[in-house]
Parts: sequence; structure tokens; C-alpha cells
Amino acid sequence: MKRLLTSGAICAAGLCVGLLWQRGMTEAYAQPAPTPEERYASPLELLLSPDGRLLYVLCQGADEVRVLNAATGVVLRTIPVGHVPRGFSFSADGRRLFVANSWDDTVTVIDTESGRVKATWGAGFEPSSVVEDRAGKTLYVADRIGNDIAVLDAATGEEKLTLEAGRGASYLTLSGDGSRLYATHVYPNPTPHRTPPKSEITVIDPTQARVVDRLTLPDVAGVFHVAISRDGRLGVAAELHPKNLVPLAHVEHGWAFVDTLTVFGADVGRSVEVPLDELDRYYALPFGVAISPDKSRIYVTHGGSDCVTVIDTKKMLSYIRAHPETFAEDLSASAHYVVARVAVGKNPRGLVLSRDGGRLYVANRLDDSISVLSTRENRVIQTIRLAGPEKVSALRRGEQTFYHAYAFQGQFGCSNCHIDSTFDGLQWDLEPDGFGKDIVDNRLIEDLRGTEPFKWNGGNPTLVKECGIRTETYFWRSQNFDDLRLTDLVVYVRSLPSRPNRFRAANGELTPAQERGRVIFNRVVDKLGQPIPRSNQCGSCHSGPKGTSQKSFDVGTGKAVDNSSLFDTPQLMSLALTAPYLHDGSAKSLEEIWTVYNPHDRHGRTNDLTKDELNDLVEYLRTR
Amino acid sequence: MRRAAIIGVWLAVGAMGLAGQTAARPVRRVHALAQVQGVPAMPRFRFENFTTANGLPNDHVFSVLVDGDRVWAGTDNGLAVYENGNWKTYTTADGLAQRAVLTLALDKRTGDVWAGTMGGLSRISAGRIDTYTQLNSGLSNDVVYGVSVEGENVWVATAAGACRLNTRTGQWSLYNERNTPMAEIWAYAVSAAPDKVYYAVWGSGLLEFNQKTGAWDKWDDPDGENEMVVLKDQGLIHEITTSVSYVDNVVWVATYFGDSHYDGRNWHNFLTKDSGLPSNFTNTVRGIDRNRAWFGTDKGLAYYDGTNWAVYRPALDTGKPEMTVRDAQGKVTEIPVDTAPAHNYILGLDFQGRDIWVATAKGLSHGIYQP
Repeated sequence: MKRLLTSGAICAAGLCVGLLWQRGMTEAYAQPAPTPEERYASPLELLLSPDGRLLYVLCQGADEVRVLNAATGVVLRTIPVGHVPRGFSFSADGRRLFVANSWDDTVTVIDTESGRVKATWGAGFEPSSVVEDRAGKTLYVADRIGNDIAVLDAATGEEKLTLEAGRGASYLTLSGDGSRLYATHVYPNPTPHRTPPKSEITVIDPTQARVVDRLTLPDVAGVFHVAISRDGRLGVAAELHPKNLVPLAHVEHGWAFVDTLTVFGADVGRSVEVPLDELDRYYALPFGVAISPDKSRIYVTHGGSDCVTVIDTKKMLSYIRAHPETFAEDLSASAHYVVARVAVGKNPRGLVLSRDGGRLYVANRLDDSISVLSTRENRVIQTIRLAGPEKVSALRRGEQTFYHAYAFQGQFGCSNCHIDSTFDGLQWDLEPDGFGKDIVDNRLIEDLRGTEPFKWNGGNPTLVKECGIRTETYFWRSQNFDDLRLTDLVVYVRSLPSRPNRFRAANGELTPAQERGRVIFNRVVDKLGQPIPRSNQCGSCHSGPKGTSQKSFDVGTGKAVDNSSLFDTPQLMSLALTAPYLHDGSAKSLEEIWTVYNPHDRHGRTNDLTKDELNDLVEYLRTR
Repeated sequence: MRRAAIIGVWLAVGAMGLAGQTAARPVRRVHALAQVQGVPAMPRFRFENFTTANGLPNDHVFSVLVDGDRVWAGTDNGLAVYENGNWKTYTTADGLAQRAVLTLALDKRTGDVWAGTMGGLSRISAGRIDTYTQLNSGLSNDVVYGVSVEGENVWVATAAGACRLNTRTGQWSLYNERNTPMAEIWAYAVSAAPDKVYYAVWGSGLLEFNQKTGAWDKWDDPDGENEMVVLKDQGLIHEITTSVSYVDNVVWVATYFGDSHYDGRNWHNFLTKDSGLPSNFTNTVRGIDRNRAWFGTDKGLAYYDGTNWAVYRPALDTGKPEMTVRDAQGKVTEIPVDTAPAHNYILGLDFQGRDIWVATAKGLSHGIYQP
């Protein structure tokens, strides 16, 4: 009887959510595509002109740079740039503004005096940050998909070389004297399966265009902005410290994320990871970081907690010196050096200090505003509203939900694991079924329509269940979405488009190697002339435009720690970006899926292939 | 007769030293000797040798690479780097593909070092090591004998053919008997330049890849499988090639049966019987330009200046340091020296300004140029 009641309740709830889902979807998709005027500005990064009078705002949602009067907030100029700009900076002489456009792989060069676009240069795969050297001769561009730093001639834009960076290279900062360039990356560098993540700060000598050092960041995955003090003696990077080796269900024990800074440089003498959270309150997604001119304060934006943390540098350094052992996970530490938490707008990201350090400008990406803080009073003294749609759409509300840290004590939100709505390169122990059981690799969430069901075991037939009941039960622990919020969230997740594939020609043509691989992918007879059973043909399970039959199969990749060997067939879009592979991330590369984890040809007939042919297959898969 | 000539030179040198009223130190004698008429002036070195006794992880040194003030040594037990007077060793614990580092190459644009090992290919970039194997990447085989960097491409010679990694796109291209004239797939060495890439393929001669057209060509020993050299300067000296060096549009090729020089029109071959090459069994060759090259053999280190030869080694009989010079007429003069490379069996070499670094089977040698 109890079971029947429960079943009935679930059905009713499902129907209710389903109806809401339909309503939300209708609302979202019945609307025509937004015109430029209707696009949200989504301010991501900020710059102040050298004289401090102009505030440059990188509006990611509008594909624009807006130039504001820093005092009044009045928009003086709007400059269109490339698609999904992610970073910008002034040239050494201040006469040019460089903008990194992440989705069209370009850098826009703007004359700051006229506000005109002077040039558009190609710059690697997914440019995310751009910095010119002090000599004004070389431009450095961090490429998120390329995992590198492209080195361009600052006069012509000609690419001279690329430097190997961390995986997901994204943010660049030049030291005050121009002698060092620091690069961070948002996805962890590869480590052995089921070992702690590891990241780095890549240190470049810009006078030689060479990587000269890599500061290792143990236990860190997801590093965002780095700031260097004016005297060059103190560096600070904002980052995530995930605890992905223990069940995420233990959120109440604080076993999910710590939000930290890595502090380095001569003032510290070593690299130290410093927690930002408190024992019963977390400050999620530290993103932007700034150091006051006198080095007395460090400011950090928290994209998931809608606030700015203010740190007393002196107290922090004293605490570091008094604690030679690591204290990254000691959440009582922050009380010794955090002096304020200042509430700002939704999803605060980039920030910039006035020359005298008296004002701090913060870009609130998801409510199209800029908070102006008095650093003396640690309070918001002005909020600049950017022009954009008056109405907050379901899509926008969903995005706000996605980036907000909803979990117990504000520990984390969707975007902790889906960084910038992608993935995190980690494998998680999600459910409370014992330590080390049912390990799952995180998946990209772009272009999800037609890829249902969700979860590696295919247990969630809809995004409503995936984002709602499952997330609430296992992740948030004590927080539930109300129905409208859940609908908005699903609308947002379903709206995420697939990014351009950098390994496929713009005209869709395949290279000879890719074409050979396509033939292998679609073959029905093996090299011995034997028919390949339909169930063992690549294109059978990975069928359709997205490469999934939406069914579960046992392809022999299950491990002893898995509750089942049946796994949902993953879609293949943007496959090249999302290593490692298989349900638990045990295959470090596409090659390993077959060279290591397919000994009995259960995951497709591949053991008759030569190495050349396997390479061709991989080349084809990278075009998906 | 030869000994008499050497003694004569010695006497002459001694007389010059006395006339100058200076201490008769060996180095000075050597300097004066070079001015003696009839003895070609060839580079002289003072060799300082490194072994496990002074920091190397292993005495068996397969390869050496100079990057400015840093010197990398690929040994049988790890990759060692010498900097500021100290050795640091990278091992498999640091991520190195395998302990035996057979070959090294420098990406001069980025400073990254590529190390070919018996178990895969590693890139060392500012201390971080990324490793590619036949299981986790498109690398054709884990036994990597040769590597060369040109632009954004890394060219690799393996025990199962040649391959190329585009570091920008991550694409691997494999070259073997299926898509090149490679009769055997035991690729031993590679030398890449913007116009051409040459592979020395053990048992399959010399392969040439035209970077512009993407076409492969092959150079064979016109004597075929015949171990006798019937047609000496009509083509490659032997099919069992071990090393290749392409410089100034000239390709230098080493084999276990003599060495070859090809300028695009003509071949010229070197054998012990008619050149100053100390042994036909040559492990490595490095061209300096169209006319000059260094050879690493099983019987010492040799330098050819286009006319004359110099050989540096521990004497084969006594083990004492030895330098000999052979002029255009075939006259061999022994130069008194105090030092020599650590061993006769030479596996690799590289240059640091006018200095030379030599990888041997029993240590790494730093030849410090003596002006």
C-alpha cells in the first residue's frame, strides 16, 4: 500500500513537473530569436582607461565592448566585436584594445581613440584572454580549446608559435614590470585515474616567448583570474578545490568543494593554498581577483555567491607564516584574514580597481549591472545598469539558477562542475553507495536535445528529472527548486548550443584521414570479410546526428565497482574536447578506449584495425 | 715511417717551445703544432667527462642535446639535465615515458624538449612532462629511435615506422609500408627542415618527404643487398642506415657500413679504407654545413672539414687520449692530447658554441674548444 502511494505521488509529481516543463518550453521556444537590442549585455570583464575616466565593459552576451563614463555610468560608445568575447586588455601604449573572441577564434583590435575596429586576427582555438608585452611587439592569447598560448606579432597579428599551457588555458596577467606573464587554465591537467586533480600556473618570460616555470597547484581544478601586486612580490589566483574522490552525497560534511586562492611570490616564499569559505557558509566560484595598489587588500568575486570577499593581506600572510602545513581545507582559517563579504549583483565576474584603489568596479554578468564599491567602507556605493532587455526571460532566469550555488550552505551550483556551461574534466563519486563505487566522468552539456536519457546509467529520462529530483536529492541536500525555477533551469540547459568544431573544415568536408575514419565508423564487414553484428557496429549505438541511439548497452567497460555494466550511449558531439573517456573516465584518450579497454571487441569491432586505421577512426571522431 | 714523421713533428714543436722560453705545457704544444706546415688546423678540445661518479644517472648515454646553457643527456636510467654546474634527473616517477632515453630534440621556438624512449615519447616543457605512447595516442610504436621538430610538427622515427604529430591540432599522421616506399619499418633517425624531412630507415635506406608536395621519395644502395661496394659514389652507401642530418640542402647519412653525402645531384661516400673515418660502423652523423660534418662511430669521434679528418678517442690499444689528423693526401698525424671522449663508442653529439658534447657508451663528454 505504501509503495502504491509512493508510486502515485511520483506519478503526480512527474505529471506536474512535466506540465510545467511543457509550459516553460513553450514560453522559451515560442519566442522569436532575440534581436541585438534584446540581447542581454552579460558584462564579464572590466578595464579602466589609464586616466581612470573611462570604464570599458566586455559584454559577452551582446558581443560588444561598451565604453562608459566611469563616474556617471553613461555609455559613451558601443563597439561590436566577435562572438562570445571572453577577455580583453589594452596595448602597452594604451592606444589599442585587444578583445579575445572565444567562439569565432579571433582577436579584435580596436583603436581606443576612435573606437573603431582596426583589425581582426585569427588566434588559435577559443581565445579567452589576450595580453601584449611591455615592448608592444608581441601579443599573447590564451586558447581554451587549444590548451596553449598563441604568440602573435603585435603589429601584424601573424602567429609565430604556440606555447604549451595548462588544459583549458584561459586567463593571462602580466606582471607590473612586464618581466613575467602568468597563465591559468580552467580544466585540470591529466592525472592518473582516481587521483587528486592537479593544475598549474604557467609562467612565461614574454621577452623570450618561452615558458620558464610551471607553479604546480595540487588538488586544484578550475583556476580563473590571477593578479600580481604592483611590486611583483605577491601573486594571487582564484580557483576551485574539488573533493571528487569521495562521495558527493556527503555535502553536509563539506565534502564537495573548497573555494580557495593560491598565493605565491616573494612575499610568501612558496605557493600556498588559502581557503575562502567559512565552516558553515561557502563562497562559491571565486573568479576575479584584484590586489590593492598598497597591497593591503585582496578582492575576490564569487560568481556563485553574488558577493566580493575582502582579505586583509597582512593578516593572511601572517596566518600563512604561522601555519607551514597545508590548511586549504581548514575552513576556520578564513576568519583570520577575511574582513568583509560585500553583496553585489548576480554572478559577479571581472573586477577592476581605480588607480588610487578607492573604488572597485565589479561586473555582474547575470543581471547586467556594475557594482561600484567604496574600498574604504567595503560597501556598494553605486550600481550602474547596462542597457538591455527589461524583461528577465525564462532562459535568463534559468542561467541565473545554473550559476548560483544552491547546494547546502551555498557550497556549489551547476556551474561548479559545468564550468562556463561545459564540463570540468573530473570524475566524481556521486552517489551514497560506498566510497569508490559507481565513478562517473562528467559530460559536456551542449546541444542536449535528442540525447535523452541522462546519467551514465540512463536513469533519468528527462532533464526535469536530471536537473530536478536527482540534483536536489544527491547534490543540494536541503534545497529544492520550486517548479518554475526548475523549468527555467531546464530551458536554459536545453538551450546550450554546441560550440564550433575546430577539427572539421568550415565547409564540412573531411580530410582524407577523417574520411577513411568515417568509412571505418560505418563499416558492416571487418577486415577478415566477416560481417560485424549490428550491435557491434560503431554507427549502430552511436547513431543519428548526435551519435547516440539513446539506449543503454554493456560494451564490456564495466568495472567491479560499478553497480551495473549497462551504460547509456554517450553522444559524440565535441568529443575531442572532453577527455578522459568511458563512463568512469578511465580511458585517458580516445585511443585508449580501444587499445586498452576493448580487449574482446565488445565496444565495437576494432581489434582487426591497424594503428593507422585506428588513428583514422580517431580523426573522424574528432570531427563530431 | 708514420711514427718517424710524428717524432719529427714532436721534435719541431719542442724546439719551438724552447725558442719561445715558455713552459712546455701540452696545450701549448698542441697550439704550436697546428701551425706546423703540412698538418691541417683541426679543432682541438679539452674533454671533461661525466659519469655516475659526478652526477649522471647512468654511464650509458644514448643522446645529448644542448639548449643554451643547459645540456640534456638521455641515459639508460633517465633523462638528466646539466645546468649551473648541477645535474637533475627526470625519471618515470616524474612522468617520463621510459627510463632509456634514446633520442632528444629541441623545439627551438618554445624551448620544449622531446625525448624518445624505449617506451614512448615525452615532451618536457618547463618541468612538466607529457607522455605519448602507442596506447594513449596515435604514436606508431613505443620504441622511439629518433625525433626532430620543425615548426609545429614533431617528426618521430619508431620501430614501427615514421609518424608526425601536429602539436597545434593534436593530429597524428603515420607513415609506413602502406603509404610510403618504406620496405622495412624500422625507422632509426629523422631530420626535419621546412622543405624536406629525411628518415634513415634500418634496412630501407633513406626516405625523403617533400613538405610542399607531400610526396615521398626513396634513396637506396645501388649495390642492393650486396655487402660489397661495387658502385661507390653512385648512391647511398648501404641500406642499413642509422642516422641522417639535413643541412644547407645537403643530406649526410650514416650507416653501419660507411657514410654518405648527397647534395641533390651527386653522392659521395666515406669508407675507412679511403677516408679518415675511424670505422664504417657509424651510429650518428651531424652535418655542420654542405662540407663539414661530425661522425660518431664505434671507434671514436670523427670530424670532416671537407678535406681533412680528425679523430678523437681513447686509443684503441692503450686507452690513452688520442687525436689524429688525416690530410687530403692521406697522411695521418698524431696530435698529442691529454684528454679524450669518455669512450670510443659514440652514440650522440651536439654543439654548444664551439664546444662539443658527446654521448658515449661509458659517459658523457664535454669537449671544450681550445683556441
